[in-house]
Amino acid sequence: MLIITCPWCGARPETEFRYGGEAHIARPADPSALTDQEWADFLYNRTNPKGLHAERWRHIHGCGRYFNALRDTVSDFLVTTYKAGEPRPENSRPDVEGSGR
Amino acid sequence: MVESPSVITPLAAANPLTALAAVSRDIAAARLAALGDAARLAFRGREAAIGPAGEAFGVALPREACRFNAANGRFAFWLGPDEWLLLVPDAEPAPLFAAIEAATSGLPHSLVDVSARSVGIEVAGEKAAFVLNQGNPLDLSLGAFPVGMCTRTLFHKAEIVLVRHAPDVFHLDVWRSFAPYVWELLEDARRELA
Amino acid sequence: MTNRFRTASGGRIDRAAPLSFRFDGQTFSGFSGDTLASALLANGVHLVGRSFKYHRPRGFLSAGSDEPNALVNVFRDAARAAPNLRATQVEIHEGLKASSQNRWPSLAFDAGAVNDLASPFLPSGFYYKTFMWPAGAWKRFYEPKIRAMAGLGVAPTLPDPDRYTQNHAHCDVLVVGAGPAGLAAALAAAESGATVILCDEQAELGGSLLSEVSATIEGRPATEWLADTLANLKGRDNVTLLPRTTAFGYYPHNLIALAERVTDHLAAPAAGLPRERMWQVRAKEVVIAAGALERPLVFPDNDRPGVLLADSARTYANRYGARVSERAVIFTACDAGYRAALDLKAAGITIAAIADLRTEVSGELPARALAAGIDVRPSTVVVGTRGRLRVASALLAKAKGGEVGPTETVPCDTVLMSGGFTPSVHLFSQSRGKLVWDGAAGAYLPGTSVERERSAGACRGIYGLQRVLEDGYAQGEAAAIASRDYASPARGATPAPAVSSRAFPASAEDLGTAGFIGATPHGRNPALAKAFVDWQNDVTSKDILLATREGMRSIEHVKRYTTTGMATDQGKTSNMNTLGIVSEALDTPVPQIGLTTFRPPFTPTTFGLFAGAARGDVFDPVRNTAIHGWAAEQGAAFEDVGNWKRAHYFPRAGEDMHAAVARECKAVRASVGLFDASTLGKIEIVGPDAAEFMNRMYTNAWAKLEPGRLRYGVMLREDGFVMDDGVVGRMAADRFHVTTTTGGAPRVLAHMEDYLQTEWPDLDVWLTSTTEQWSVIAVQGPKAREVIAPLIEGIDLSREAFPHMSVREGRICGVPTRLFSVSFTGELGFEINVPSAYGRAVWEAVYAAGERFGITPYGTETMHVLRAEKGYIIVGQETDGTATPDDANLGWAVGKAKKDFVGKRSLIRESMSAPDRRQLVGLKTTDPQVVLEEGAQIVADPSVPVPVPMLGFVTSSYHSAVLGRSIALAMVKGGRARIGQKLMVPMPAHAIEVEVVEPIFYDPKGERLNG
Repeated sequence: MLIITCPWCGARPETEFRYGGEAHIARPADPSALTDQEWADFLYNRTNPKGLHAERWRHIHGCGRYFNALRDTVSDFLVTTYKAGEPRPENSRPDVEGSGR
Repeated sequence: MVESPSVITPLAAANPLTALAAVSRDIAAARLAALGDAARLAFRGREAAIGPAGEAFGVALPREACRFNAANGRFAFWLGPDEWLLLVPDAEPAPLFAAIEAATSGLPHSLVDVSARSVGIEVAGEKAAFVLNQGNPLDLSLGAFPVGMCTRTLFHKAEIVLVRHAPDVFHLDVWRSFAPYVWELLEDARRELA
Repeated sequence: MTNRFRTASGGRIDRAAPLSFRFDGQTFSGFSGDTLASALLANGVHLVGRSFKYHRPRGFLSAGSDEPNALVNVFRDAARAAPNLRATQVEIHEGLKASSQNRWPSLAFDAGAVNDLASPFLPSGFYYKTFMWPAGAWKRFYEPKIRAMAGLGVAPTLPDPDRYTQNHAHCDVLVVGAGPAGLAAALAAAESGATVILCDEQAELGGSLLSEVSATIEGRPATEWLADTLANLKGRDNVTLLPRTTAFGYYPHNLIALAERVTDHLAAPAAGLPRERMWQVRAKEVVIAAGALERPLVFPDNDRPGVLLADSARTYANRYGARVSERAVIFTACDAGYRAALDLKAAGITIAAIADLRTEVSGELPARALAAGIDVRPSTVVVGTRGRLRVASALLAKAKGGEVGPTETVPCDTVLMSGGFTPSVHLFSQSRGKLVWDGAAGAYLPGTSVERERSAGACRGIYGLQRVLEDGYAQGEAAAIASRDYASPARGATPAPAVSSRAFPASAEDLGTAGFIGATPHGRNPALAKAFVDWQNDVTSKDILLATREGMRSIEHVKRYTTTGMATDQGKTSNMNTLGIVSEALDTPVPQIGLTTFRPPFTPTTFGLFAGAARGDVFDPVRNTAIHGWAAEQGAAFEDVGNWKRAHYFPRAGEDMHAAVARECKAVRASVGLFDASTLGKIEIVGPDAAEFMNRMYTNAWAKLEPGRLRYGVMLREDGFVMDDGVVGRMAADRFHVTTTTGGAPRVLAHMEDYLQTEWPDLDVWLTSTTEQWSVIAVQGPKAREVIAPLIEGIDLSREAFPHMSVREGRICGVPTRLFSVSFTGELGFEINVPSAYGRAVWEAVYAAGERFGITPYGTETMHVLRAEKGYIIVGQETDGTATPDDANLGWAVGKAKKDFVGKRSLIRESMSAPDRRQLVGLKTTDPQVVLEEGAQIVADPSVPVPVPMLGFVTSSYHSAVLGRSIALAMVKGGRARIGQKLMVPMPAHAIEVEVVEPIFYDPKGERLNG
């Protein structure tokens, strides 16, 4: 069970959270202007990276806020969390060999 | 909309824990009590509405995460960055509702009466944290969860609002239909203390 | 009471507290402090089990949790029987009843032992090769038979009456293992001010110190130091000591699962105590001080009862005062054999010989053995043992450079072996830390960490009492310091080397790191010699060689092919020797062969521990409405809808469901019915932008809905398919009272919050769940208005003032209400929303007021029939997540002029309006008494060759008492164009003819809504 740091409430156990899929995929302002292919990309296509993945979590059994996290999909460790609306942090390298101690 | 004048209701309010509490044993290390009726208001809103709402309620809404303010028997619990639970034991919600609405008129906010949505449970005694930790995964040491802290969290599979009023006194606010489930698991957790 | 094999004095047993216990029906005596193993050995009992596959007689191999052979059943009563417990870990108490397993009819004569004679025909992979034909027979025949033959213990069939609890705990430093390293680590961390949990799987804390008779620490006997240290730790309120507690699982972010055995060791446990407690410890730092496990030697007949690990024999003597033998041969590859020999000789055991695999034997311990007159034989191996159910002699031979000389038979009753020690890296490996082969230590040791943990002492290859204590202290101190700047559970790196700030002068025999991995040479016919590697799964060195001959190269393949290391002991005693044998056979160095992954649990763990309190009535929350008690008192039958219990129907005496539902339906249509709709999800949507938000979330247009009016709303997912529906009331310009389906409430709220928080955070609107704030009492039927009128204050109930699909606020019985004029039955109807604290009281008042009209409480089944008669859909029943609003006949609810709403863009995809999509229709069977089965397929002509083209399926089907015939709703391809056509519903017996009709069966013009 992971510990996830809610940007408002601090470190909490995973069971208080709900996963929300990939982050930074904004709903198009005018969906009707999109082709079927563009709309399908928005709806279904995700990056699914090996390594750092920006993803949404909601502290559903806490403050209720959605926020974003960078998770290393190789180690399953969360590198950082940040509030919804904030840009994806720069220079946040996955700590593959580990020096974050 | 017809706003009827507030009249004393002839019907009695029911609490889903009445029968369970009646047969509960007194265990000093972890006492269990079903708390009485209370007015509960869910307040959410933008910055401009927060101050006036607190003033009208008589308790400033705490801006620090997971903390509550109290004054004159009224409590304002921080539940989220734009969400507070306002609670007054043994009070009617309507006058409170009207006062806060009047003070926040025209300011972006939401005020909803949720008095009947949940019921309160008190767990008190030197083993209160031990009992709660059988279903709640948070660190309930005084350093990590001090007096004055409150948060939504889980007790087993039920969502609760957990409040620490004193080192050995916790209150749980539980949605009505989950209350018997939470109560029975609290009873189970304190069996070894009898 | 006398135990023939008990030492005269010493040990940690309480000789003033004799106990009696039963094993296989026979009464024995022991002492408080004994394990079942030590007590049986003190009584001279070695034969305690039959092996898994060959049913060979087996005795104790070890004295700890690594025991592969001595698995027993312990009985308290018929319901409390625990199979497969390691006798080496079972503490005896007065009256304990235990029995051996996997034998019939008795341990000494076991019919299954024919497997041993047949063993040339039972090689590894035997099951895969043999039981392959006929197809399907494996599941039906072979597997059940094989499982019965190979079965270990038998679980009781009665429900487990014991309680199990779970506790979440937090600490700065968790120390796993209370041997010298763990004790020193806990001491250091505690002295640094950290909160510490120290756990150990044994009944007594102390680990290897409990077996010491001559070692000293800080100038005192080790046992005295142990007592002082434990008293010191116990006296601190920042330390929690947990004996009888196994750290069985290491989970991400330093979540360690501990299994505490609370009552198994007690003759009469106190009533309230749980049998076991699972501690879920979240530690800022973990110190693993798990010690090392003694390695057996792999030689022929090494599984005969009487063959034990040498250091375990020493533990039995020193700690429990139990002599495993009168005359022992010791077979060793390291100095541990000598240390055991010296202590056992002191305990009164004759040491017949020490066979040492090593050519050169030197050092302090061998010198002391020689000085004690023990027959020490270098370059000597044991090549076999003789004896029926117990060792009677050992066969010794000289071995040099692979050549084995002639054998000499040495009479003895035990062979004690030591192949050296294997660091216990199980927990480290579970933490996903990387193991590194250390050639000098001849062992895999912890390398790079992933979690915030560090190992201390023997489990990281550090031996020698003083070095172990100082390493423990250093790691404990470092862990305490690291816990202070804990910011997150971020992954670690290899912990920086820690140096102890405190010296622990200690004297004890130094065993060094010598040892042997693999199978020892024996010179016997390899086809006949059985040299066991894995005792519990009956795997021999020959099986492993066969696997390599058949092409297995990866250790993972060898493991699965031979099942070595896959028994409940997880190969604690076998993994390293397996590696050694594979390494030699493939002529490849050990580190290139790899190592199998250790997984939780470290030792077998009960299901009760995982279930904890979640069983019976509190397995899952049971949600009751405020009106539930009334329905229960009326004898209602209930159905589960999510976690809710809903009244299904209200049978009267002699009625079955069919009769009750028919009566309830007729009552609603003829007069008035009462229905508890409290479980409907409710969300209060408030704020200046509430209408705009509603516009974006629902297909409908909301801007023009006046306060005081209701509207049926349809919600789509972004992919255009129906997600939920419900009636929405506009309470004020900036306030909506939204209802959702019962099961959809949390999902809809989360869906709304998602869009509001992450797509449109600029909207000034907020959501509050009010599902449990309101009880909802539906009063439905032509008499509905007359029933509630006398109870209502402040609301004009006339149709003119209060039209269908309106909401008014007022009071009922003095209680504030939001009164909806709404119908899910097609009749005149009201839904009374009152605060749920008053739900039952108001319900009872309405019921009393309705009695003169014969008001009839009805359940969800009647609700379903009534709405189906009207063709009202239920999301999740008519729809399945692939239905558009138009498919479900809800096209009218889509605001065509709206520029955007969730799901709109998907609806304009060409395929979303294809004419052959499945569409909602009604079905009438040609025979009106036939009720279709829900889910049944619909075809045009069932007689065409298979696969018959499927046109759709039945979604709802009932007998309508009011119409006197069956009715059904269905989703049918191009259904609306087929109205009037006959289709077929094929069933196993015959196909049923149906006519496609409009999906409305009753009052198609809706005239009854106005009463």
